[in-house]
Amino acid sequence: MLLLLLLPPLLPLQPLDPSALQAVWLTAKLATITTVLLLLVGTPLAWWLAGARSRTKSVVGALVALPLVLPPVVIGFYLLMLMGPNGPVGQLTQSMGLGLLPFTFSALVIGSVFYSLPFVVQPLQNAFEAIGLKPLEAAATLRASPLDTFFSVVLPLAKPAYITAAVMGFAHTVGEFGIVLMIGGNIPGATRVMSVQIYDHVEAMQYSQAHTLAAGLLVFSFVVLLGLQWTNRRASLT
Amino acid sequence: MTQAAPIAARFRQVFDGFALDVNVEFPARGVSAVFGPSGSGKTTLLRCIAGLQRCANGYLRIGADVWQDESAKVFRPVHQRPLGFVFQEANLFAHLSVLQNLEFGRLRVPVAQQKLPLAQAIDLLGLGALLHRQTTALSGGERQRVGIARALATSPRVLLMDEPLASLDAQRKAEVLPYLERLAAELEVPIVYVSHAVDEVARLADHVVFIEAGRVAATGATGDVMTRLELPLAHGDAAASIIDAVVSSLEPQYFLSYASFAGGQISLINSQRKVGDVVRVRVQARDVSISLLRPASTSVQNIFSATVVGLADDSPGQVMVALSAGGTRLLARLTQKSVAALALVPGTPVFAQVKGVAVLR
Repeated sequence: MLLLLLLPPLLPLQPLDPSALQAVWLTAKLATITTVLLLLVGTPLAWWLAGARSRTKSVVGALVALPLVLPPVVIGFYLLMLMGPNGPVGQLTQSMGLGLLPFTFSALVIGSVFYSLPFVVQPLQNAFEAIGLKPLEAAATLRASPLDTFFSVVLPLAKPAYITAAVMGFAHTVGEFGIVLMIGGNIPGATRVMSVQIYDHVEAMQYSQAHTLAAGLLVFSFVVLLGLQWTNRRASLT
Repeated sequence: MTQAAPIAARFRQVFDGFALDVNVEFPARGVSAVFGPSGSGKTTLLRCIAGLQRCANGYLRIGADVWQDESAKVFRPVHQRPLGFVFQEANLFAHLSVLQNLEFGRLRVPVAQQKLPLAQAIDLLGLGALLHRQTTALSGGERQRVGIARALATSPRVLLMDEPLASLDAQRKAEVLPYLERLAAELEVPIVYVSHAVDEVARLADHVVFIEAGRVAATGATGDVMTRLELPLAHGDAAASIIDAVVSSLEPQYFLSYASFAGGQISLINSQRKVGDVVRVRVQARDVSISLLRPASTSVQNIFSATVVGLADDSPGQVMVALSAGGTRLLARLTQKSVAALALVPGTPVFAQVKGVAVLR
């Protein structure tokens, strides 16, 4: 942050040109769709991980955590192989008449879901584990079916974790670069997200434009994390 | 729907490290205590009845309704069983207020099956002033009362209670116990009450199922099971017998009331009872002494003619003597020396002097 405060005299912020605005919009769309998908996929996965005691649990848990340590480029590379014309997923999508996914917006969504999965699954899993069996049993003895219990007991109790998961999933997706470049490329309006746009500007030595977008991302990320700290503090106080 | 039908439970399964093997029937009315030492399988039995734990070899029938019969692959999931369950630690929903907790189960019961109005459950457990509190702001005793009312508000056909007082200190326990007694007296719903505390069982239970190492070691009326010399209940400092009696006359100038039972009349001091009230009193074994002749000129008011029915060694030097006073069983803890001096054997006619009685309800 200090660095950012020193920069403005050197690099003036510039109004965003249409292509940059397009990148911002695309990024927001990608992050939103990814977050929604992540919450839908992450909930049952985290639920299973919180309850399971088998050895599969450790394996799946480790798989989910992989993106935390693996360079995004590696994930992107293998997704590219899988979805490419010779990969199993690629052949499936072709036989279904969907064509090939790489270098489309859908590929970005799929890549982002993998990339941000641990940021959603882990807080949810921790919350489900903390809630434990007791409220579930109480709800069952009070005539609530398992699904009813999930919506009327688990979801409200896990609300802070859902906020954390959604914010982390969204923010992390906004910031991705390596996977995007591998499986999305750099197609304006389809796959050119903010991080790629910044890279382009730097390549073209348009440092002011790069700075405008980069500073925007920096401020966005900081505000999001600050907001999260506040909500978590409030949740732990009540 | 027949309310007054017994509960038949048969469960046989090996859980890690211990085997549950019970075949027991609970009466359709009153409080049945499932009593036994820690780790004897009481809670497991209760959870099997509730369906919270599925016993692979289980059978459960409430009246005419079979809730579980593994031989016919019948297992009604917990949420489809009209039961109330009170957990050891209340398990209130932290995100809901007291009233919302109370409503949680009731709202999920079809209106036609709602027999007990919410207002009555609130009143029975004295929750009127707490309804809009958050559950986190409640004391342990209050939480437990909310837990009980929450279970009752579903108009259950059986109320299962898993050591509801075990997590409370003595003061909180004393605060909740009167509510439990009121429930037992006023509700038609059978209650299965798991406990390892003799005093709770003595106060609340009409019927006792004594569990030891996963098996039913004894079952019967409370006064009977508590005084069987072959059971651990009838030994140690806490050993006591109970007498159910009816208040027959009053002597207000002495603040006394007299209650009759088959073995005679007990005098109770300051009991605030009316003629016709049913009372249950507890007589500690250590408060009973024995003489072969009717004691004259004694300050002890309660003297019953009785017969020795059994003797068993208690702690070193002490003997527990079981007596029958007109069919009601009493325990007396005597020294080995006194037993020898009086030459007590089964059949000896004696007089039991009771130095103190505690009115339980």
